[in-house]
Amino acid sequence: MVSYIWFFLILIGILFSLFTGKLDIINDSILTNGQEALDLMLSILPIIVLWTGIMKIAEDSGLLNKFAKLVEPILSKLFPTVPKDNKALGFIASNIAANMMGLGSAATPFGLKAMSELQKINDKKDTASVPMITFLVLNTAGVTIVPTTVLALRIAHGSANPSEIILPGVIATFCSSIGGLLLDYFIRKRGNNK
Amino acid sequence: MNTLSKIVIPIFVVFVIFYGFKKKINIYDSFLNGAKEGLMISFNIFPSIIAMVFAINIFLDSNFVYEVLAFFKPILQMFNIPLEIMPMAILRPISGTATLAIMNDIFIKYGPDSYIGRLASVLQGCTDTTIYVLALYFSSIGIKKIRYSLGVGLFADLVGITVGFLITMLFF
Repeated sequence: MVSYIWFFLILIGILFSLFTGKLDIINDSILTNGQEALDLMLSILPIIVLWTGIMKIAEDSGLLNKFAKLVEPILSKLFPTVPKDNKALGFIASNIAANMMGLGSAATPFGLKAMSELQKINDKKDTASVPMITFLVLNTAGVTIVPTTVLALRIAHGSANPSEIILPGVIATFCSSIGGLLLDYFIRKRGNNK
Repeated sequence: MNTLSKIVIPIFVVFVIFYGFKKKINIYDSFLNGAKEGLMISFNIFPSIIAMVFAINIFLDSNFVYEVLAFFKPILQMFNIPLEIMPMAILRPISGTATLAIMNDIFIKYGPDSYIGRLASVLQGCTDTTIYVLALYFSSIGIKKIRYSLGVGLFADLVGITVGFLITMLFF
């Protein structure tokens, strides 16, 4: 999928500038690209390193676990077909907690473990089960409280108030989760809770 | 509202460190271990950042967006939506790195505190890359029939992006 996007972005860009006769701009762009990518990387690197450090403290002290325990009762309502003591719920909770704290890449391992636990209780192994889909909706719409890379980049570009976008972001992402879960719920209802 | 946004991170940091201290774990060592992981994560995403900045820059510098999508400009203007944000709204569910590169471009051109800069920030933070997550998670356990998951995931993104637009207009 990303391969296609990558291909078409480059193809459209180069063909279009061929037709409009702006190939020298593209030439410059290709040659100066690396520097811009490096600048981008350097501006987000410190905050990623700092934040994963802070979050490691939360993990080692059991705070992340505690939070996961806190949301588990809500989760068992969202996943009525998953047994309450199933490991999947714990992994889902950890995944959501890590996403909230802006640790996208730390959230992925939890997500993969949750999926393989859900697969164990799935009847048709090649077909997505209802709890899997609910989990994916929760995950992709995921509420992010600290969008680390966005903050880092705003700071790097000299924003007067880098964190002013946190609250609007939380509201938008919250609405997105609710919207996704509602649609998921209605589809499940129509499918007779299968 | 503004103070609330400013206070979230400091409070969180104090709370995490205090909790770790109270639990008598070696917070300094924990921090260093985590930071090392963060460094590895950064190195691992660097190739995809190079790849995406490369593609996005060629795409944006060709002016394709401005000249072809200019067709939609009157409609977008009615809703006070800047044209330059559209590639970001469209690519958001597909590639987080691609939209990161576009956001970087917008920050360079207009600054992070411009209307479009804030809009880009909110959009980047408000949803995850649905298609990527879907592909990764389902392929990891061998699911072939994904049923209605893509539809619901994209719907959630649409809600998030729409609310992102509205809320940026209201807030700033």
